[in-house]
Amino acid sequence: MKAKIIITPKKAVVDPQGKTVQSALAQMGYTGIGAVHVGKYLEVELTGADKETARQQLDAACHKFLSNPIIEDYKLEIE
Amino acid sequence: MNFTILQFPGSNCDQDAVHVLRNVFGHSARLLWHKEHSLGDADAVIVPGGFSYGDYLRTGAIARFSPVMQAVQQFAANGGLVLGICNGFQILCEAGLLPGALIRNRDLQFHCEHIFLKTATTDSPFTNNIPSGRLLKLPIAHGEGCYFADAETLAKLKANHQILWQYCDVSGNLTDTANPNGSLLNIAGICNDRRNVAGLMPHPERASEPLLGSDDGKLVFESIFATLQNKIIAQAA
Repeated sequence: MKAKIIITPKKAVVDPQGKTVQSALAQMGYTGIGAVHVGKYLEVELTGADKETARQQLDAACHKFLSNPIIEDYKLEIE
Repeated sequence: MNFTILQFPGSNCDQDAVHVLRNVFGHSARLLWHKEHSLGDADAVIVPGGFSYGDYLRTGAIARFSPVMQAVQQFAANGGLVLGICNGFQILCEAGLLPGALIRNRDLQFHCEHIFLKTATTDSPFTNNIPSGRLLKLPIAHGEGCYFADAETLAKLKANHQILWQYCDVSGNLTDTANPNGSLLNIAGICNDRRNVAGLMPHPERASEPLLGSDDGKLVFESIFATLQNKIIAQAA
């Protein structure tokens, strides 16, 4: 089993990396780009078998440690 | 007075803090490795600057779970004085001992320069010895010093006078140009609602000897000494 976690900056937080990447894309000639947000992707390999237990554990870990709820949102997928 | 300075893997301003407290001020100062569970008989704790755990995941995110931080939480809950400098400020925010968070500087640059601080309130153990109107010239050295908190938290900080220091220009004006990292409200340092825990991004321990370009940092330490001195007097009475 593998957990895939995407961590993104909250909308209220200034994202200068996102803005810089957006400018760079525009300068390179790509059109139709509204906004860019730069986040983090984590892959956690799991050794257990129970998907639900894994999800609960990782959800807690995401909230407590892997993301900072003050400045980040996260999406967790187990497969 | 006994000062305990924490040491995490990657801390690099711990020695400076020890040097200032011990050699400049003549107090007892010791380093405490992050794996220790007890603070000993500390009168105050310094969480120093550096790059604990390489700033991996988020700055201060891993250090906040070090064994020693449980003792710091207890110490703070009992009213003990805790000062976080730079990475220390980041660790205290991650640990929930201070509100808000520090994020990447808005221009994405690492800033290593002198700045000016306006002391927003002298009503705290960390600012009570700073003469009214006196600006502090201190060095900063950080890539993630932009202070962020949501609107509700910021309103509370203002109402409670928890903002201790703000970036200002040489004349004391809180301008955008004087803000090196984009911190909301030009916030350079804050305290908790109980006023016994504080954090700031600039380095007072690097500005306590004139040789280093400024000794304004002494005023922060002297505020702590004055507070501890009053505590000792109060306890003896």
